[in-house]
Amino acid sequence: MTESRNPEALLVADKITRRFGGLLANQDVCLTLARGQLHALLGPNGAGKSTCINMLSGDLPPSSGRILFQGRDISGLTAAQRSLVGIGRSYQRTNIFPKFTVLENVRLAAQSRRQQPWRIFTNAMRQQWMLDKARAAIEEAGLGGRAERIAGVLSHGEQRQLEIAMVLATDAQVLLLDEPLAGMGSEESGKMVELLKRLRQTRAILLVEHDMDAVFAVADVITVMVNGQVLESGPPAQIRASIAVQEAYLGQEDSFHV
Amino acid sequence: MKFDISTAFKLLALVALACVPLAGADFYTELIAKTLVMAIFAMSLDLLVGFTGLVSFGHAAYFGVAAYAVALLSPKYEAASLWYVLPASVGLAALAALVVGVFVLRTKGIYFIMVTLAFAQMFFYVFHDTPLGGGSDGLYLNVKPTAEIAGFQPFDLDNPTHLYYFILAMLVLVYLFLARVLQSPFGRVLVGIKSNEHRMQSLGYVTFRYKLAAFALAGGLGGVAGFLYSVVFGFVTPELMSWHQSGNVLLMVILGGMGNLVGAVAGAFAFVAMQEVFSMWTKHWQLAMGLMIVAAVLFMPGGLSAVPGRIKRALQGGSAND
Repeated sequence: MTESRNPEALLVADKITRRFGGLLANQDVCLTLARGQLHALLGPNGAGKSTCINMLSGDLPPSSGRILFQGRDISGLTAAQRSLVGIGRSYQRTNIFPKFTVLENVRLAAQSRRQQPWRIFTNAMRQQWMLDKARAAIEEAGLGGRAERIAGVLSHGEQRQLEIAMVLATDAQVLLLDEPLAGMGSEESGKMVELLKRLRQTRAILLVEHDMDAVFAVADVITVMVNGQVLESGPPAQIRASIAVQEAYLGQEDSFHV
Repeated sequence: MKFDISTAFKLLALVALACVPLAGADFYTELIAKTLVMAIFAMSLDLLVGFTGLVSFGHAAYFGVAAYAVALLSPKYEAASLWYVLPASVGLAALAALVVGVFVLRTKGIYFIMVTLAFAQMFFYVFHDTPLGGGSDGLYLNVKPTAEIAGFQPFDLDNPTHLYYFILAMLVLVYLFLARVLQSPFGRVLVGIKSNEHRMQSLGYVTFRYKLAAFALAGGLGGVAGFLYSVVFGFVTPELMSWHQSGNVLLMVILGGMGNLVGAVAGAFAFVAMQEVFSMWTKHWQLAMGLMIVAAVLFMPGGLSAVPGRIKRALQGGSAND
């Protein structure tokens, strides 16, 4: 566990394994997410990327292994508890409150940081700190001017931005982003890449993504998974040069040019 | 409060309800008083079904617990104090819901419906098959609770007019209370849970606790209706807790349009009106009523509360699809 001694390491996966019956969806996966770094997780379909992110976010308990947040073992915490310690995630399939406005989606995220359920006579829409936090997150995610829109009618790309705004409103230190670029046009994904670069400066980001160009453009570290195991992990240049990665995965991808 | 058509409509309805006893038709005054009790009951269930997304098929249990509590807590031949039996019966209903909630809220969807029903049936049989509440015959409430406080009696529940206004006041209070709660951060969490519970959890909400609080709150408010029922009718039977009662109140909420408090009140009125009209008309009124409800669900999606919006859109010539 050399990683956990690294002062910047926020979230560490230490040999996490997940079995579904006889299937080993993840086997002894080790990952370190450090503040200021964008860590990309690559792999063909079925490589176990989603299982991995689900274990980190608490949506799925690991069968074995430990998950450490700032050196503390959080393997036993639920998704809600992990959100409260500072781990936020977005989902591969857009996961918002479609009938609420953008502001209300993000305000609910902000409210989660100071829950006072017994104050049943306070008007939620007059809680200034929630609104301020929500508006700041909306602005940061690039949705300024969309606050009063109904979330369900936003474009696909805007809904992905909204997901990120919700995570930002929870003050998450670690962002687990599951394919935030999926289904985006080139202009939208360009904006998202810029956003990711900005967010990385003060946070640790795990990015699961299929878009190779985007990954190599923003990632500081890339981990390639195949068949539930880590094949290779390192800076983009190392991944690009890795024969094993090319053989196992990248060689099949037309979008990847060495 | 912003003044618009919807507020005007609510105030108008309230004035109309307040005028009912002035007409002097005792039968109808009593019928509407009973309907108001059911309207409170329907609003309490709507907090679960329409706002939190918890379809409880056993809400009559808490109505019944409060109704029995009044009869059991009142002395046999003298009046109990309203200021004691009302909070006590409501508190017991909320407590019952809290305990049941701890178990049933571990399930979801169809299982939740079935388990809430099973618990309500347990309550039914406890009162039906044990001497605790007079068995299948039920209990009489010989003397209605008195509102007397330190020698002063602000109103008299034995007086039908006073009782009517007391029930109407409770309806308004429950409505204002729920409307306020739903605007609060707590209420917004409930609506968020209905929309996307998984997302609420990943945002850091322990949704179980919020649902449990909502379940107990709804049980307590259902208890307000149960209390009033007991006072109006003067007797309680296990039938109050039967699945028919749970089903009726669920139908009121659906008829009115889930997730709308005024809708729940309208649903209660529509339900009782149909019951009265069809039972005057035919012995097989339940058949006619069933057909009406099927028709209402098919042709009136969103229930009664969606009707004004549809009329508005029809007048504006827009499409009916929102």
